[in-house]
Amino acid sequence: MRKERIDRGLKVRTEGIYAINSAREILYLMGPRLLLIAGLLALPFVFEFAPYWKRVINIMCAYALLAIAFDFLANYVGLVCLGGAFFTGIGGYFAAIYNVNLGLPIYLSIPLATVSGALLCTFFLLPCLPLRGVYFAIVTLMYPLLFTRIIEALDIFGGTNGITGLDSFPNPYLEHYAIIIIALVFLFGMRRFVNQDVGLVLRGVKDNDQSVKASGINVTRMRIIAVFVASFIGCFAGAYIAHLYMWAGISLFALDFSIIPIASVVIGGGGTLVGAAIGAFILVPLSEILRAFGTFRIVIYCIVLTGFIVFKSEGIMIYLQRKYHQFERWVKV
Amino acid sequence: MSAEPILSIKGITKTFGGLKALVDVSFDIEKGDVFGIIGPNGSGKTTLINCITGFIRTESGQVRFRGKDITGWKPHKIADMGIARTFQIMRPYYSLPAFKNLIIPLWSPRARKTGGWRGGGKHGDRDTVAVDILEEIGFERDSRVPYKLASTLPTGYQKRLELARCMALRPDVIFCDEVFSGLSMSEIAGMVPLIEKMKSEGITLIMVEHRLRELFKVANRVMALNFGEKLTEGEPLDVIENKQVREAYLGSEGV
Repeated sequence: MRKERIDRGLKVRTEGIYAINSAREILYLMGPRLLLIAGLLALPFVFEFAPYWKRVINIMCAYALLAIAFDFLANYVGLVCLGGAFFTGIGGYFAAIYNVNLGLPIYLSIPLATVSGALLCTFFLLPCLPLRGVYFAIVTLMYPLLFTRIIEALDIFGGTNGITGLDSFPNPYLEHYAIIIIALVFLFGMRRFVNQDVGLVLRGVKDNDQSVKASGINVTRMRIIAVFVASFIGCFAGAYIAHLYMWAGISLFALDFSIIPIASVVIGGGGTLVGAAIGAFILVPLSEILRAFGTFRIVIYCIVLTGFIVFKSEGIMIYLQRKYHQFERWVKV
Repeated sequence: MSAEPILSIKGITKTFGGLKALVDVSFDIEKGDVFGIIGPNGSGKTTLINCITGFIRTESGQVRFRGKDITGWKPHKIADMGIARTFQIMRPYYSLPAFKNLIIPLWSPRARKTGGWRGGGKHGDRDTVAVDILEEIGFERDSRVPYKLASTLPTGYQKRLELARCMALRPDVIFCDEVFSGLSMSEIAGMVPLIEKMKSEGITLIMVEHRLRELFKVANRVMALNFGEKLTEGEPLDVIENKQVREAYLGSEGV
């Protein structure tokens, strides 16, 4: 006996040439996407009477952004970034400096922090971009530690106390929808980006950088573009978190911001982008629920993660996509 | 004829540790040549290509392309000048469909300058050009082959894809690193007309080859290497009659 997987007729019809001529086919293609969009937009209303969980939504979306950035760099460009915290830290401190020290309003400080943070992150990562191998991973892991120590030792930017007194969002709904909509925009935007011609070149860099060089394209330049895009997403998350907590401190460089996105990509399914976001939507609330168990929560968290890796190592999203597009049956051979 | 050679290599030397991979190799290539490089295994043929196309650094020597010194340039700049190369071990982009493999060279600055396509909108055009190039190189447009993942293609098609990647750059010179190796006789028979077609389009070809019979059908000049040293250069039949070349291939007792 052997398990046979066959594409559903609907999938075959709607693939490639978009011969869509019925509401059912349109729903087949759009359904999952609409469900995700509508579900996310409805979240603040669902948790209307649970203010604690409403704040979890925000942080969950911020982690989803970091997970998308990690997934993009690792599975589309071939750069393993162990330093999501580097992006959040830089973005957060920039937002704090713009908002508190320069007195810019929140709707200017977040975009400015995103752009200047992305530029600074890209600049710091420049030295390891011409190299292949583990160097990028190591350097991104070290930078958050380095910046934490520098801020502590030199007592700059408020030292260990951090910069306090950032503006909060004018109202709670703006707070929720700013991050939800941006997360959706980046999710769908990145998916489109990796299928554009420039995205294909980036995927070529991951597959085979020698061949890209032989095609007359500067590989380092392509990596710079990719790192800029990823740190742009990460710095936005950092700037948002800083304004959410009205505080930017060295905990923005905490290891959580590096590790949870990676774990999200692992359980969500690498290379799907949406899987990364869904992984974050599962892991972040899970770690909040487990707070009730005190220090024991790390144990449960680890067991859940290990379970995912052992039993569904492909990731939730890839599993779901298969179930959605194909049916399985046992055949005799 | 005092026309300047399109590619002029002078005194290239390369050592890996104590091993002399190339010793003072010099030769000129005229425009329109099909230049064969032959030699036993480990004689430095691929190293020579890597040195000329910038993938490894030479210790000494000079590479001039159309009178311009390109020694020590980065590989992507050399490719941008119009010197394309294939790899002996095929390097397609395995996770992309065959025709999407060509988007990468078509996106390069050189392809955009030389205008691989005309008019039309910004998107989708490269796909059309890519399928056109693939058809020229022997992928049947109406079959499923051009749309399959590169990792699922048979060796013959992967070799063709390597050539297509070069053709997409509209190069002046192509270095072919053993395009015939690992192919069946019928696949080789399909490959020879492609080489002849490139030649007729005025592309200068440098072919590293072990398949001498097929090489001599197309090549007009041949150089023989052994242990990194140039043995001889000249008309194909003169080279194969050369005593040193025979010794290198067959061993001194075999002659």
